[in-house]
Amino acid sequence: MSMPARQVRRHAVNGLMTGLIAMLSALAVLALVLILGDLILKGASSLNWAFFTENPVPAGETGGGVAHAIVGTAIVVGFAALIGLPVGIGAGLYLAEFGTGRLGFFVRFVADVLNGTPSIVVGIFAWTWMVKPVGRFSALAGSAALAILMIPMIARTTEEMVRLVPHSLREAALALGYPRWRTSLRIVARTALGGIVTGCLVGIARVAGETAPLLFTALGNLNFSVSPTHPMQTLSLQIYVYATGPFDEWHRLAWASALVLMGLVLLLAIAARWVTRQRYGTGR
Amino acid sequence: MGPGANARLRLETVRLTALFNGQPAVRDVSLLFPAHTVTAIIGPSGCGKSTFLRCLNRMHELSAGGTVQGQVLLDEVDIYARDVNPVELRRRIGMVFQRPTPFPTMSIYDNVAAGLRVNGRRSRSDLDTAVERALGQAALWDEVRDRLHTSALELSGGQQQRLCIARAIAPQPEILLLDEPTASLDPAGTQRIEELCHALKRHYTIVIVTHNLQQAARVSDYTAFFYLGRMIEVGRTGELFTKPQVEQTEAYITGRFG
Repeated sequence: MSMPARQVRRHAVNGLMTGLIAMLSALAVLALVLILGDLILKGASSLNWAFFTENPVPAGETGGGVAHAIVGTAIVVGFAALIGLPVGIGAGLYLAEFGTGRLGFFVRFVADVLNGTPSIVVGIFAWTWMVKPVGRFSALAGSAALAILMIPMIARTTEEMVRLVPHSLREAALALGYPRWRTSLRIVARTALGGIVTGCLVGIARVAGETAPLLFTALGNLNFSVSPTHPMQTLSLQIYVYATGPFDEWHRLAWASALVLMGLVLLLAIAARWVTRQRYGTGR
Repeated sequence: MGPGANARLRLETVRLTALFNGQPAVRDVSLLFPAHTVTAIIGPSGCGKSTFLRCLNRMHELSAGGTVQGQVLLDEVDIYARDVNPVELRRRIGMVFQRPTPFPTMSIYDNVAAGLRVNGRRSRSDLDTAVERALGQAALWDEVRDRLHTSALELSGGQQQRLCIARAIAPQPEILLLDEPTASLDPAGTQRIEELCHALKRHYTIVIVTHNLQQAARVSDYTAFFYLGRMIEVGRTGELFTKPQVEQTEAYITGRFG
């Protein structure tokens, strides 16, 4: 007994398509594997205690580290999160809970446009308003630029996550005599919290690697500085300066910095995954 | 709380019409719910029985395009009057929905206490007493007393629904609205909820929407039959099921349509 011709063809097409899709997925993953592999190959050997704890040595000398850039990244991204998270989450809540009218449509449209705006444009914007009038580059201006990039991303994820909360839950709270704002905060936002936190972590990870907007704002600094009103080094700026510099020692440190930055982003992504897992883990 | 506290309280609708975007879903319904009775509302899907129920605690106006005409009188005060605050009102009229809706981020205890806390009751001992009483009335206390602070989602579907009943009655509302409360439960869970209706009417006036005729016959004192947005007939449950006055009612309860 042989299979009818049509069935044979179906099997063949099915196999072909499955193979094709598998190949494309492999290609997508391959990019990450290659980047990570390259970074580890060229950067891992430069990672040592000094790299994390010491500041740069004068050009031409060997040794030194990027402690100033690691701390700088934490400060610049930290301030950005301080501005960006409340505004982004608030806007997202507004869009999900009250954003059905004209204003909601407008805010959503602006957020989408802002989401697609090249980060270098945001950098120039921050320079115009926060660097030029003051006459000095500053970490805060960098944070503001990153916050502007972060807000639409976080607003839209928050909105999506809040919309996932079943309508029946909202009704149950309202029927119990919850005022609307309290329903939004205590029941709806609280239920969506895992998703919102995940969105925030992804947003932070996205801007942690931004370089272009910082070139006009935080500028970079070869020395250790924790003053938000002065120029500050970040890992991304460090990579940019060292990778384009003339010294082999700098190139070596740039590779290692890239590896550290990649590791940070990866860590945030894993944390985001973990939060989501926690949410569903206790959820069911 | 004894039955004397609100013995004279009654709920009444006067020519109540509920609309969605101007289209009536419920037309001109006048119905009286005596205190400490169970009234069942029956009718085929889409007849407006749930919409009618949602008018009784002003939930209908929260639906998109939902508006109401006519009156709903709670103790002779129109709940749609200008000076009535719908949020306050909903604290006096409890509601339980088709599917169990425990708050997923809260423990069993916090679920039951939710309606009390939103009312400004914070004292631990006060809450403890109220939570125990509500869970007791909902016939759930014995099953959860040892795990009050675990997630409400770990309960079975039937337990979750009884938790929702406990949550609804914890603030001691005057009226209890049940919107097909057993639609998603198995027979055992259904039976427990029905037994509850009998026990709870000592304390509350209950309105239950159901598409299960046997259930209406088992739990209610009065039954109202809705069809195409109109109330066709209302009467004592025994009489409505044995001697319906209107032909449509007879056709529905004998299973000829719907």
